[in-house]
Amino acid sequence: MGQEIAVIRYNAGNIRSVRLALERIGATALVTDEPDRLRSADKVIFPGVGEASSAMRYLRDRGLDAVIRSLQQPFLGICLGMQLMCRFSEENDTACLGLFEEDVQRFDPGGKPFKVPQMGWNAITGLQGPLFHGLGEAPYMYFVHSYFATLGFDTCAVTDHIHPFSAALSRGNFYGVQFHPEKSAFAGEQILRNFLEL
Amino acid sequence: MLTKRIIPCLDIKDGRTVKGTHFVNLRDAGDPVELGARYAEEGADELVFLDITATNEKRRTLGVLVDRIARQLNIPFTVGGGIAAVEDVRDLLELGADKISVNTAAFRRPALIQELAGEFGSQCVVVAIDAKRGADGEWYVHLNGGRTATDTRCADWACQAVEAGAGEVLLTSMDHDGAKQGFALDLTGRLAQMLPVPVIASGGGGQPAHFIEVLQAGADAALAASIFHFREIAIPDLKDHLQQHGLPVRR
Repeated sequence: MGQEIAVIRYNAGNIRSVRLALERIGATALVTDEPDRLRSADKVIFPGVGEASSAMRYLRDRGLDAVIRSLQQPFLGICLGMQLMCRFSEENDTACLGLFEEDVQRFDPGGKPFKVPQMGWNAITGLQGPLFHGLGEAPYMYFVHSYFATLGFDTCAVTDHIHPFSAALSRGNFYGVQFHPEKSAFAGEQILRNFLEL
Repeated sequence: MLTKRIIPCLDIKDGRTVKGTHFVNLRDAGDPVELGARYAEEGADELVFLDITATNEKRRTLGVLVDRIARQLNIPFTVGGGIAAVEDVRDLLELGADKISVNTAAFRRPALIQELAGEFGSQCVVVAIDAKRGADGEWYVHLNGGRTATDTRCADWACQAVEAGAGEVLLTSMDHDGAKQGFALDLTGRLAQMLPVPVIASGGGGQPAHFIEVLQAGADAALAASIFHFREIAIPDLKDHLQQHGLPVRR
């Protein structure tokens, strides 16, 4: 590809999985938390597995929240990364980055036989935008999460677990996916390829 | 709709895949890196890798193998066997595992589950339970690869493990393991309905009807080894059967 892909280093895990997935599609990633490297990269990926309030605190303490908001290039948040791009998360009542106008709430099975976290493969539907080029109407993606983003203006893919929620969000150069494209077999690899081609 | 998962399991000894019956009589089943790649290609929903090599010295070669598998695997990857400390897990996650499975060490010291969930999140902590039915008809936890019996009931330990932070339970019936006569439906169904986290059924899958039964009984996922290793059932064919019986699967 010849482009520089920065993966944001912070206190939320699974960076290795994302790097390996990028390598499998022939790209290499630079893992960094240096503002200048993030600003100059062609693409930025914001992965994340962990807890919202401690992740936001970590970003704020290092000024990375302002850096992320100022980025102009294609930017992809994954899982917790996407949730942190929303306005607010119920996970320890956390004010997030506000790049998307949706909020993050906890799944409530309400006495029904649903499991939380949602763990496993679920279909994404209502696909809109370039991230989903070349995929069928309802490809399956791998999810692991206890919190979800509400449906709203920025929703560009929907999944149903207990109720419909945002499987992906986009606004301008900012994209977020609740599922793990790096673990979603060939369909997930297609999404990463599409992102790199933006 | 969330689909039911089909999970091939690689039991690893000295760098090779092995498979036994009722936890003994191991035979060679091939190169784990090749098997892992084949299963991902065929549509496996996840891969589980259990190291049954006992000694610490041999454990170092395990890291190399985990790394090699993780590099090529584009589906979730769980690694287990002999994990006893937070540092073991950190190493495995850095090598590319997505989840880890703990068994004996967690039973001996349940605080390990809390430590792991606190450090890495519940989503990556799978508690594996080896179950055997006692003379009284109850299911009891067995440790050390099935060699050590306890007087703790499986259901009690499963509840305690989930409370401590386990994100998933991998339930293996030693009585059914390798016999290909079907899964332990009663215990699996009971735990799947009782626990708020996913339950993976393991031990006894020999033909599609067995997978249909256990998934209809409530299991969230079904794991098997030899029938996949020895090509007795292809994963796409198994998923066809599940789908025909109304079970949601990823195609």
